Amino acid sequence: MQFMLLFSRQGKLRLQKWYVPLCDKEKKKITRELVQTVLARKPKMCSFLEWRDLKIVYKRYASLYFCCAIEDQDNELITLEIIHRYVELLDKYFGSVCELDIIFNFEKAYFILDEFLLGGEAQETSKKNVLKAIEQADLLQENIDFQMRLFAGVMVPNMVSESSGLFQN
Amino acid sequence: MPAVSKGDGMRGLAVFISDIRNCKSKEAEIKRINKELANIRSKFKGDKALDGYSKKKYVCKLLFIFLLGHDIDFGHMEAVNLLSSNKYTEKQIGYLFISVLVNSNSELIRLINNAIKNDLSSRNPTFMCLALHCIANVGSREMAEAFASEIPRILVAGDTMDSVKQSAALCLLRLYKTSPDLVLMGEWTSRVVHLLNDQHMGVVTAAISLITCLSQKNPDEFKTCVSLAVSRLSRIVSSASTDLQDYTYYFVPAPWLSCKLLRLLQCYPPPEDGAVKGRLVECLETILNKAQEPPKSKKVQHSNAKNAILFEAISLIIHYDSEPNLLVRACNQLGQFLQHRETNLRYLALESMCTLASSEFSHEAVKTHIETVINALKTERDVSVRQRAADLLYAMCDRSNAKQIVAEMLSYLETADYSIREEMVLKVAILAEKYAVDYSWYVDTILNLIRIAGDYVSEEVWYRVIQIVINRDDVQGYAAKTVFEALQAPACHENMVKVGGYILGEFGNLIAGDPRSSPLVQFNLLHSKFHLCSVPTRALLLSAYIKFINLFPETKATIQEVLRCDSQIRNSDVELQQRAVEYLKLSSIASTDVLATVLEEMPPFPERESSILAKLKKKKGPGAVSVTELEDSKREGGELNGGGDRGQDTATMAASNASTPSPSADLLGIRSTAPLGAAPASAGSLLVDVFSEAGPTAPSAAVNDDGFLSSAPPSEDPAPPLSEADDLLNKFVCKNNGVLFENQLLQIGIKSEYRQNLGRMYLFYGNKTSVQFASFTTTVSCPGELQSQLNVQTKPVEPLVEGGAQIQQVLNIECLTDFSDAPLLNIKFRYGGALQNLTLKLPVTINKFFQPTEMTSHDFFQRWKQLSQPQQEAQKIFKANNSMDTEVLKAKLLGLGTALLDNVDPNPENYVCAGVIQTKSQQVGCLLRLEPNAQAQVQHTDSPERVSHNYSSIPNFLHYLSPYSVNI
Repeated sequence: MQFMLLFSRQGKLRLQKWYVPLCDKEKKKITRELVQTVLARKPKMCSFLEWRDLKIVYKRYASLYFCCAIEDQDNELITLEIIHRYVELLDKYFGSVCELDIIFNFEKAYFILDEFLLGGEAQETSKKNVLKAIEQADLLQENIDFQMRLFAGVMVPNMVSESSGLFQN
Repeated sequence: MPAVSKGDGMRGLAVFISDIRNCKSKEAEIKRINKELANIRSKFKGDKALDGYSKKKYVCKLLFIFLLGHDIDFGHMEAVNLLSSNKYTEKQIGYLFISVLVNSNSELIRLINNAIKNDLSSRNPTFMCLALHCIANVGSREMAEAFASEIPRILVAGDTMDSVKQSAALCLLRLYKTSPDLVLMGEWTSRVVHLLNDQHMGVVTAAISLITCLSQKNPDEFKTCVSLAVSRLSRIVSSASTDLQDYTYYFVPAPWLSCKLLRLLQCYPPPEDGAVKGRLVECLETILNKAQEPPKSKKVQHSNAKNAILFEAISLIIHYDSEPNLLVRACNQLGQFLQHRETNLRYLALESMCTLASSEFSHEAVKTHIETVINALKTERDVSVRQRAADLLYAMCDRSNAKQIVAEMLSYLETADYSIREEMVLKVAILAEKYAVDYSWYVDTILNLIRIAGDYVSEEVWYRVIQIVINRDDVQGYAAKTVFEALQAPACHENMVKVGGYILGEFGNLIAGDPRSSPLVQFNLLHSKFHLCSVPTRALLLSAYIKFINLFPETKATIQEVLRCDSQIRNSDVELQQRAVEYLKLSSIASTDVLATVLEEMPPFPERESSILAKLKKKKGPGAVSVTELEDSKREGGELNGGGDRGQDTATMAASNASTPSPSADLLGIRSTAPLGAAPASAGSLLVDVFSEAGPTAPSAAVNDDGFLSSAPPSEDPAPPLSEADDLLNKFVCKNNGVLFENQLLQIGIKSEYRQNLGRMYLFYGNKTSVQFASFTTTVSCPGELQSQLNVQTKPVEPLVEGGAQIQQVLNIECLTDFSDAPLLNIKFRYGGALQNLTLKLPVTINKFFQPTEMTSHDFFQRWKQLSQPQQEAQKIFKANNSMDTEVLKAKLLGLGTALLDNVDPNPENYVCAGVIQTKSQQVGCLLRLEPNAQAQVQHTDSPERVSHNYSSIPNFLHYLSPYSVNI
């Protein structure tokens, strides 16, 4: 896999992971182009498309699009399930994950991804093992700040789509 | 709001993120960000030392700002500080920041590498994993230099934890991808292969990606992985869905690992060991069988995972291309998917079938689905699926269904999406040319193409139709008539006017007998379009007019009047004005004889690669149809262009070829018989020129053929190699494709590819006569010591070669060690009762096994100096045959297989090259320096080698280089 992008229906980039060296300018250009291409596609269309000399595999979960670029000899269907397994991991970790979780805890989303995929290849496909690694890390940290739970004061309302569970659609 | 926020949250970060989200405008957001950046900067610069938590929080904020798309120019040092924190979360954030933000040339890299080094040696698996993730994420050359030797040790050490092994494997893969030269194979390689047997499925899953990548580059060293992969696959395939516990995904056992195993096997030919092969075939059959079983779950994840394995298995079956039974089953399975309700499956089935279509075993089976595919082209709602359908139609096209497919593609073009029209036009044009049995159909098709999608018809397409009409006199009358009719349309595309102008200007006389298309009518028709056309088209029309004056003297007065009018002779466009003035003058002062000479019919075009094919290659559009495939299938069809035949032989031969496919298939568009009648082609692309060297050399061989035919002793023993075989052989030192041999009966084309110490050579035997060859046998032998140096394997060919037919033979070549002789190819057959016997040398030379190597000037000369012993060096001074053109020389040297190194030699006139010759027994580095001396027209070549053995063949091929590196 060459890269993975998560973006919202409004075209906001939520997570980007690059497995090939590219300069920032090129990354921005690719992102802009792909977000536009994928958002323009209709719901029942096929999840794969050819783009430059890569294959794009994407899937929408609630308000978020997950989009991977793979090489010619890579398998599209198994990439689709890579996306699904990642969503499952996020869902299990956050407990019914929604877009907001990924916005506010972007670093966690990156950590989970690193446990699951490394250098663009599946490192560990067992859900249990990935979560075990992440939870061990969580246990390692010293003073859990329970105040963190008190988000209410800083939350904005009317974020219906971003707070709907990814698995609801 | 987030339902849970596990771990150690950072309240300040959450507040900041909320603030940003509350910003009503982009300006407000930028203002808020700038405020935050100022705050962080002052904190970092402040006198008070920051605690780890604050540092982490600010670094995290910077990261967030960066990910929003803003530039960050500070904070790197603080992030690096976090790396050496003892607190896991601080370290983790530090690594994340580094992974996302640090580019490879940062001067911090030394500090980062230090921190990584500490974590790698900490023996704390969590820290080790973090460090490995960071290396894998950044993957820079500096990191490769620092850790490429350390990571293999971690990977294979007995006491390494499983999770660390997984990270180490993929980390190494990333480094190998960025800096393959720094990851040195060693005793660890065999232990890596055995990770396929590891008890931990996660370790196998991670390791196999590494093994696959390494196998592609070093197939021999990893050969043992084949049997291990087969037995692992077999265990997974036969396991129950619950056996693998958490590695079972929606009732499918280990889908990721299965796909990767099948992918790894695609790096190798079918297993030689019968038992292993049997087991693998069993696996593939089981996978195909499972596709027919009722699903264990209704979830799409279940069917996706299952089908992912199925598609990968089908890819492997196609890759082997040797099990007709499996190929046909795969094709049937894909046929079912063609009508599946899941768009994704239809898409993939169309894509996968494209490759099946090129296999001789399944081509026919694919063809049975033509109606479904045509239907998909018409009814699919998703353009990317329609594109796949068009690709598949293109791939399954052959002589039997060409008319139907071309017709369908043409009618689809009328409504096709703009994005794919140009490619469709090219494909239709190629199919029409390739499978044209009668040329009127070809002309009709191209004119239709212009009518339907004129805007998308590129120059190459209309040039091509003109080339073909010019070169085939049997179609000229028809073309003139058809184009005349097409021009009657009130609105016709400018491309039609161009084709019309050109063809009527050349061949209008062929239809002038009919009063409905008398010369004047033709002229008036063309001229009615004149004013709507662009300048280049008008220029073309003016040329057509002057040709009319020659063809039909009765139009002279009318045309002169047109030329004389102000809008022509005083046209503001220089080109038009010049043509009008010159043509007018020419028509008034030249005698009819002069006019007839100047305006003579165009000579046939020299045959080269079809320009359209070249264009499609350049586009290399989303195509399941690869270029090689295209060329492969090209050999099935005869070629339309009679250019080659006409110059050489007689017009009657060209005419008789009109109805039968031309016997000599066009391999890559290279013809050994240069069109003698035609002017030599001038400036073509460099590549073509390098290849077309065959042109000038081959006729001499062709002349000798006559002698060969009559003098060849009709004995059963292999004939001695032709004397000119050495010349023929040398032709191929710097290239892999072309015509190896040709006489009046037989043409042998050759296409070859090499990788590492392995090669594959395709021989195409074309029967040029209309009589069948009987008892056609070919034998490849390696005389003398070559037997122990080169391993050549092949299968026998069909004993009958029909008149005009072509058969193919594949040779698999393995270079065991250095060699200097060429393998011999003996061909025997009966032609009209007489035994024909001929022996050729096959162009397999040691340089084919070169692997180009890049190196810096410093490295190059250091190694050069090390190679000082007499047996490590060879020098030759030879005279240049012709001019020493830089581009030609460069192309030659690249063709040799070495890397041409720029900016290495202090003298820019010199050429230096480096490469590694790959043999089974060893690899030999080879450096080469060519010093042209323009005054004396001589060149020196030095070629030291890195081994102490006397590699006698290197000087030998330098010898080849001398006559054929042309003009040296």
